[in-house]
This record gives sequence, structure tokens and C-alpha cells, in this order.
Amino acid sequence: MELIGLANYALFMGIFIGIYALLALGLNIQWGFAGLFNAGIAGFFAVGAYTSAILTSPSADGRLGGFELPFFVGWFGAMVAAALIAWPIGKICLRFRSDYLAIATIGVAEIIRLVIKSEEVLTNGARGITNIPRPFGDLPYVQSQLAYLAIVAAVLVVAYLMVQRQFNAPWGRMMRAIRDNELAARAMGKNVEYRRLEAFIFGAALMGLGGALFAHFNRSITPEAIDPMVATFLVWIMLILGGSGNNKGAILGATVVWIIWSVSEIATDQLPHEYAVKAKYIRLFLIGLMLQLVLRFRPEGILPEPLRGDTRTDDNAVK
Amino acid sequence: MGFLELINFYVIPGVVLGSIYALGAVGITLVFAILRYAHLAHGDLATLGAFLALAVVTALGLPPLVALPVAMIGTAAVAVGIDKAFYEHLRERPKIVTVMASLGIALMVRSVVQVVWGVDSESYVRGIVRPENYFGLRIKDREIYTVVFMIGLVGVLQLFLVKSKWGKAMRAMSDNPNLALLSGIDNKKVVMLTWIIAGGLCAAAGVFLGINTELKSMMGWHMLLPMFAAAILGGVGRVEGAVLGGLIVGIAEELSVLVLPSEYKAAMAFVILLFMLLVRPTGLLRGKVL
Repeated sequence: MELIGLANYALFMGIFIGIYALLALGLNIQWGFAGLFNAGIAGFFAVGAYTSAILTSPSADGRLGGFELPFFVGWFGAMVAAALIAWPIGKICLRFRSDYLAIATIGVAEIIRLVIKSEEVLTNGARGITNIPRPFGDLPYVQSQLAYLAIVAAVLVVAYLMVQRQFNAPWGRMMRAIRDNELAARAMGKNVEYRRLEAFIFGAALMGLGGALFAHFNRSITPEAIDPMVATFLVWIMLILGGSGNNKGAILGATVVWIIWSVSEIATDQLPHEYAVKAKYIRLFLIGLMLQLVLRFRPEGILPEPLRGDTRTDDNAVK
Repeated sequence: MGFLELINFYVIPGVVLGSIYALGAVGITLVFAILRYAHLAHGDLATLGAFLALAVVTALGLPPLVALPVAMIGTAAVAVGIDKAFYEHLRERPKIVTVMASLGIALMVRSVVQVVWGVDSESYVRGIVRPENYFGLRIKDREIYTVVFMIGLVGVLQLFLVKSKWGKAMRAMSDNPNLALLSGIDNKKVVMLTWIIAGGLCAAAGVFLGINTELKSMMGWHMLLPMFAAAILGGVGRVEGAVLGGLIVGIAEELSVLVLPSEYKAAMAFVILLFMLLVRPTGLLRGKVL
């Protein structure tokens, strides 16, 4: 019994790691490649989750829906919707330094939260959307979890291979050139704003896909399903700890941080109730502190961004 | 709807809310202009200030206005401490790294508030305050205090920036940091002074929000967007611009209820922010664009 419970928990955790790894990959395109600060990850996540939910769920009274499209259409729709939200924001804010984008994305996430809470026709308000079909959801519990883990892993591998390919491709090199020296890249004739917009939209689409995977896994999505600030922050610490600019680092960071986060939750849930509530906030404090420590002592993360040539050895020689 | 009703129910609350935003926005605009990054923990510092004042109010039974200086000093000290512990060593790195650190600080400050004071709503004084009637205008005493204190605090700050040696040093750092450093201005002191002022004003914003509404652990985070919108609307680096921006954002939020469902009041600040970035990123009073 214990062993089965443990195995089930591991499956559950594996699926969540896969979803967060997708979000971290998306953020890596934005921050790691292009140096764009997105503080509204949860907003794009929610747009993806709700879009896919509306497209694939059976009809219900009082809200838009009943399209009952296959899940892959919903997932594609989630990516498109998140990209469409990202486009105007990027268009307006990417002309300036990334500070402005940070503020604007906080705003976007806030507006999306308001829309989800109050537009009952779209999102069914606080009750949320239920009965979202899950691929292989008719199988017995364990098999169905296993099948979903396989799907998430497959999506993650495809996303990883595509992003990794771009990292070494001319596009990826150009993005890093823009990130590291905007002026020089501009002098080489690169269209900096347009390229940044591309990176921002691609990243947002991956975040939307992550949201869709989450909604289909839970079979439902409500406004309370995720805490926007916590989700956004977790993805950030995953990427920074794992190594921004390194796709393997993003996935490694997602694994490490999610294991720490969910195991510490189990540990604190054993405490008596009045301490358990406080312990949640202490965990948040510690995860914030962890970011400060990583930024200070290992800003390149566990797996640093791979550098070409021997710039690294040169650095050491100078020191 | 009559003219008086428009004033009583929308413009006066807007001015009060706007004064609160203005107090926060002045700090944001100073940090943005002098230290050159967007400080995302500003709202949560305001929450901390409000709860520090609550601690004084409940422990000593003082009125919140008397607790205000204590909260301002306490928050200023915390702000300087945060800078020393977490931001100082990032100064040589790209500024955006500090923005990220400040997002983490926001989370940390908020969780401290949540651990110490819990997540329930609190208020400084119990009971309902009836507004006084001035020639048909219905104004509460605390609304008058809020606006008067805001004008007073910003006035003193403006005098300090224009007249005193250190105020001039701060403005010099904002205008041209390299030239300021070359002419012998002590960067460390300017940074510390900026944080003392920003922290104190943050606490004032939080305390006045608490006096006029209630204290919640998320109150500051929800103020962050309007405060940034106010700072950018007025022009980054312009103290009087931040006040003007704060008042406009506050009044716009209250008036938006006339045309939009009230749930979207908070969206007003965001609309103003995007509109200004699109049309006139320097702000109304020609601030700087980073």
C-alpha cells in the first residue's frame, strides 16, 4: 500500500515537473535568450489553461463552450491565445528597457485574473470549468496517470529539441548578441524590437501550452487553482537556479525546485494546523531568500550557459 | 446624477486614493531615476509600514497618525537594510538583475507580514466614521489628513531636493551619474538617502491606505501597478510629476466605475500605463526614459 502510494505520488510529481519544465523553457526563451523580464508567467499560463478548457469541454449552461474539440486542438489554441496576448504587450513595451516589460506583465497577469474572476460567460467565474477531457482519462487510475506522464514527457522532449535547436541556430546566436550588446547588434542591422517580440511571443506560447497541460491533467480549472505570484516566482527560481540560457538547466531547475517545494509541503502539512498555515509563508520566505542567495553566489546557475570558444579560460587567465 | 454627487462619491475618494498613490509613486520615481531600476518590492514595503504602525497602535493605544513617524522610520531602516543585504552587491551587474531580486524581496517582505500578523483584514480603529458636511461636500476627517499630509511630506521633500546639499547631490545623480561621481559626490550616501526617503514615503502610503480602508497582507502588492502608472504618467524622476500622476490615476480609477464594471477598477492603472508608454513615454512633465 505504502509503496503504491509512493509510486502514485512520484507519477504525480513527474507530471508537475514536466509542466513546470515547459514553463521554465518558455521563460528561458524570454530571459535566457533575449533578456526579457516576464513577471506575469501565471497570466499566460491561465490564458492557455482556460482557452484549451473552453475549446475541448462539453457544453454547460451559462458559459461559452461545448465545442468538444480534440485535446490537441485545444493545446494548439492555448499556444495561439497566449501568443496573441503577448503580442500587443511586447509591441508596446519592448522598445524600452526590460523594467517596463516587468511592470506591464505584472499588470497583464492582474487583468487576466480579474477577467477570469468576473467574466462568467467565458470562464464560469469562481466555479471554474470542469469536465475537461483528459487524453487516456478513461483508463484505470494508475495507467491513466502513466499515460499522461508519457504525453507530458513527449511534449517536453519535442519542445526541448526545438528550443535547443534554436539555441545553436543563427536565430539563437542573434538573440544572445542582442541581449549582450544591443547597440552592436543594431549596428549589424538586426531589427532588435522585432526579434525581441519574436522571443517574447514564442516564450508566451510555451507558457500557454503548460497551462493547457495543467488544465487537462486536473480535468478542471478554477481561479483558485494556482496562486499567480507563487507560480510565477517558482518558475523564475527554477530557471535561475538551473541556469538561465541553458535549456537542460531549465529542466534540471524545474526538477530540483519542484521536488524541494512539494516535499517541504508534505513536511509542513504534518505540523499542527496553526503552524502549518504559518509554515506555508515561511516556505515562501525561504524560496525568496534562495533566489537572493543564487543571484549573489551562483548567478550562472547549476548548469551555466554554454559559451563558445575559449572565452571562459581567458576569463580565468585574467583573474 | 448631480454635480455634487459626482464630487462626493467619485472625485473626493479619487483624490484621497490618488494622494496615497502619490506618496508611493514619489519613492518609485526617485529609485527609478537615481538607482535606475524598477523596484517591485515597493508595494510590499508599504504593507510592512502599515502593519508596523498597527503594532504601535495596538501595543501603545496611540492613534495611527502618531504611529506614522514610527512606521516611517522603521520602514526606512528596513529599506536601507534590504539595500545593504541584497541589492548592493548587484550594483555592478545589469540593472534588470536587481529588478528580479526585488521581486523576490516583495515575496519575502509579504511572507514576513503574513507570518507575524496573519492574513486576515485588520483596521486601526473600529467603528464607522461619518463624513462632515462642508457646503454640501461630504468629507471625512481622515480624508483631509491624508491629503494634507501628502502635500506636507512632498513639500518638505521638494524643499530638501532643491535647497539642501544632499538633495542637490541626489538630483545630480539622477541627471548624470558619471558627472556626479566625477565631481566627488558620495554614491553610497546618495543611495542610502534615497532608500530612507523611499522607505519612509512607502510607509506613509501604507498607513494612509490602512487609515482609509483596511489592512491586508496583499494591500501593497495591489498598489504596485497604480504607483508605477503614476510615476510613469508624471515622468520618471519628477517628484511633482509623481504627485500629479498619482492624483490622475486615483481619480481615473474612481471615475472608471461610471463606465466599466467595478471589478475592473484596478485595470485603469494598467490602461494608463500602456497608453503613456505608447504615446508619450517621457510622461506629462518630461521625465527620463530608461
